[in-house]
Order: sequence, then structure tokens, then C-alpha cells
Amino acid sequence: MPVPDNSTRPAASATEADAHRSIIAVWRVEQPRLITSLARMLRDVPLAEDLTQEALLAALEHWPATGVPDRPGAWLMATAKRRALDHLRRRKMLARKHDIVARDMEQEQQAMPDFDAALDDNIGDEMLRLVFTACHPVLSREARAALALRMICGLTTGEIARAFLTPEPTIAQRITRAKRTLSESGLAYETPRGEELAKRLRSVLEVVYLIFNEGYTAAHGPDWLRPQLCHEALRMGRVLIAIAPLEPEAHGLLALMELNASRTAARTDEAGEPVLLPDQNRALWDRLQIRRGLQALARARELGGAGGPYALQAAIVACHAEADTATDTNWTRIAGLYAALATAVPSPVIELNRAVAVGMAEGPAAGLAIVDRLTGEPALKAYHLLPGVRGDLLHKLGRFTEARVAFEAAAALAGNQRERELMKRRAAEAAGASRAR
Amino acid sequence: MRFMYIVTSPSPAHPTPALLEAMHKLSDREIKAGRMLDNGGLMPLSTGARVRIADGELSVIDGPFVEAKEMIGGYAIFELRDKEEAVAMAVEFMQLHKDHMPGWDGTCEVRAFAGP
Repeated sequence: MPVPDNSTRPAASATEADAHRSIIAVWRVEQPRLITSLARMLRDVPLAEDLTQEALLAALEHWPATGVPDRPGAWLMATAKRRALDHLRRRKMLARKHDIVARDMEQEQQAMPDFDAALDDNIGDEMLRLVFTACHPVLSREARAALALRMICGLTTGEIARAFLTPEPTIAQRITRAKRTLSESGLAYETPRGEELAKRLRSVLEVVYLIFNEGYTAAHGPDWLRPQLCHEALRMGRVLIAIAPLEPEAHGLLALMELNASRTAARTDEAGEPVLLPDQNRALWDRLQIRRGLQALARARELGGAGGPYALQAAIVACHAEADTATDTNWTRIAGLYAALATAVPSPVIELNRAVAVGMAEGPAAGLAIVDRLTGEPALKAYHLLPGVRGDLLHKLGRFTEARVAFEAAAALAGNQRERELMKRRAAEAAGASRAR
Repeated sequence: MRFMYIVTSPSPAHPTPALLEAMHKLSDREIKAGRMLDNGGLMPLSTGARVRIADGELSVIDGPFVEAKEMIGGYAIFELRDKEEAVAMAVEFMQLHKDHMPGWDGTCEVRAFAGP
């Protein structure tokens, strides 16, 4: 293959793949508005999504020859609407509803090109409706996550499959089923209000956080797409606070994600190995992102949401973000926040985290007292961090023989190779310390 | 990926009301889409100063200024998936200028942030 001459590159050797990527980028920018406006007219989100995809295919077919139009959004919208009309005609106006919709659409078509304006005014409401539909509690969590990535972020099925390390046909099937469920359930395409809104919002936040963690907890490995999941989740979090600005937990979740993501660059070393929080180079933390996280947290508090589970978790991460060095960390405050979190969402794992914070704030004996109350907890029976934390506190108390036994138990339970090795190392240290006595 | 957009023009001028409205609409959409992190317009150089090192000497130049060929008029920071998306955004932004401010010349430079 000849080496491309850089000076003539844009026109002469831009490959078809490059052109496609540019077109997909343009489409992705427009996609949420395409879906929402079609969904509003058709009252059928899955169908709207199909037609939006068809508009992309049409662009991929035409634009390489004609060039990208000056107003690509208007082109895509007109194309998608034409497809919607075709679709309804093909179905021969089976229902009266379609009849009315088709008439409305023909009128709107004639009224073009002014259709943009009205839509721009309530894009927020439309987005909110789309988010609530894609994350409807009638769907499983996995289905909600896949649909959200597809309909709100514009990811392809292949991208979603790679991101979740799941075979593409599985994701394709998940999306098809979820869309069928939505179509068949006859759900109203509307924004929930009051009590219902709070309930439905929890379902949305849960999905966004699931997507974030899917990307965040697997920061190492060769799969470059996984950090992308963090970006998509963050973007959705920003969408939520823009379209539901009075919901404190939406701000709380965004704060939690921004603050966690601010540490991304420091979380792995050059070899890609994870670096634990106390050992991270804090100069690598992203200050802009920390500032955004703290702002979102402040907003959650202003809205009366300081005690929400996401806001509390964000407040804990904020304690780390605000400490210049690991030793400056305000553990007393963190312990208090964990206590509040344990009250809001009782969980033995949160209680174990509180034990760590109390151990740092008040000394290992106080931490150990909490851990020992958790040993009978069935939910933690196979949880390696319970003996792991216990071993650490015992070691600090100089009870090395007991520490060794605890670390060995932790090593036996650890599912992750690296953690197992860490626990074995600590068991050996404890054994050494006990002999040196 | 994070991108900075820097708009420069040899003939800085106040945006027309139509352009202002169109840009407002676009930034509203982009904030609600979670892509735009920050943006702002900049006042003329006479409201600020240049602090420069030349031949090892540090000096503060407080005016009068010989007008530069290109003046920075504004900036925006976006969080986007890739360069293609970043370029698409810049094209859309500049198209607004073409539509609503005839006769204006300028450049929108798109630069990726260093780091993750």
C-alpha cells in the first residue's frame, strides 16, 4: 500500500471509514432530538428509534456523494419524518390514531423548515421523557442500561456489547426484547409527576450509576472502551441535572460520578496496574472535575438533599478530594457520613466501610469492635474484605497471629488474583512480625 | 475526550442579535445534552494586558496594543467522544455565524486537552 502524502490527505486519501465516522458523529449530535421529536409524534419510542437509525443509514448512503449538508440536523429530521410517514402508509393506517398522526405530520411537513423552533423550546422535557422511557422500571436493569446507551448516547449495538464484555447477539436480543416490551406495554409517553416522578427517577439514577461503575471498577485491562462508559454515564448525569434541575439526588449522583472520575488518571500506573487511594499521586487528579463535583454536591445540599444516598457517598469522596495528602484526610467526618449512609440505606458493606473510617479516626480498637459485630452477618459470609479489614485492624493492634489467620481467610475468599496475592503478602508480613517478637 | 474551542477573527465585532439567539439555542441544547462544560465570550484586549517574556526579560504590556492579526473572541469546553464529534460541533457552530452574521470571517480552532 502506498504511503499517503500528508499534504493531500484530506481530499485524496480520506478513506470511506473516515467519512463514515464523520457522518456518524454528526448524526450522534442530532440523534436525541430526532428520537424525541419522532417519539412525540408517533407516541412510540422504539419505532422512533428505528426510524432514527434509518435516517443514519440514509445519510451514510447519500452524504459521501453530496457532502454533508449545511444543516445536517434539518436533513436528518426531514428524512426521519418522511420514513415515519412511509411507515404509517405501509401499515395502511390501521388505526385511527395513525390517521390523525399522519395528518398532523403532513401539516408539519408543509410547515417546514420552521419545525426546529418549537422543538428547541422544550428539548429538555422531551429528553426527560425519553430518559424515563428508556429507563422504565418495567425493564430489567441490564435492558435499561443497554437502551439508555443506545437511545440517549447513540452507541451502536457493537459498542455496547464491547463495553459490557457481552457477545453482540446477546445485546442485540436484549435491545430488541426491551423495545418490544415497551411497545407492547402501551406505556404512556409522558413525564411522570410527584410521587411517581421520585420513584421513576430512582430507576433512572440506578441505571446511570450502573453504567458508570461498569466502566469505573474495571479501569485496567486492554479494553479501551470501558472508560467510555464512565464518560457516557457522566454525560447522562449532566443531562439529568439540566432537565431535572430540582432533583437533589440527580445532583448527588453527578457529584459522586464527577468526584470519582476525577481520580481516573491516578488510578493506574504506567503498567496499567491499579493504584490504591492512599498511594495515588494527587497532582494527577482532575481539578476541573473535582470543582464540578463539589458544585453539584453543594447544589444537592441547597435543594435539601444532603441526606440522600448518592449525596452522602459523594460527600465521602469529597473528603478525599479535598485532602491535599492521604494523611490530611478527615476520617472523623467520613465515619460520620458512613453512619448517616448506613441509616439511609442499611447495608453490612457500608457498616464495614464505616469500621475502616472509625479505625482511622478513633484507632483500630474502635474499628475492630464494629467489625466483630459483623462477623455473623450472612451477607458478608463470603466477602473477602471482612476478614481483610479485620486482619488490618488486628495487625495495627499488634495481634499478629490473629491477623495472619484473618488475612489467610481473606486470601481464600478473594476472587480477584491481585487481591488474593495482596492478602497472602499481608498474611506473610503478619507471620514475620509475630516471629520477630 | 475534552476539547477546547477557540474562536478567532481578524475583525472582531459584536454578534448580531440573530447570531446571539442561535448560539444561545445551541449552547442550551449542548448543556442539556451534557456535552458542553463551559463557554464564554472575551472582551477586547484593552480590558486586560499582555505579560510576556522576550530575550529573557519579563514585561507587562498594558497597551496601547498594535492590533494582532487574529483576536480571540471566545472559547468553549466540550466533553465529546472523539475528534469527529468535535469537528461536527465546530462546523455546526460556524454555520450559525455564516447564516446569521454575513461578512464575518473567523476561525474556530478545535484542540484536544492533554491527559485523559
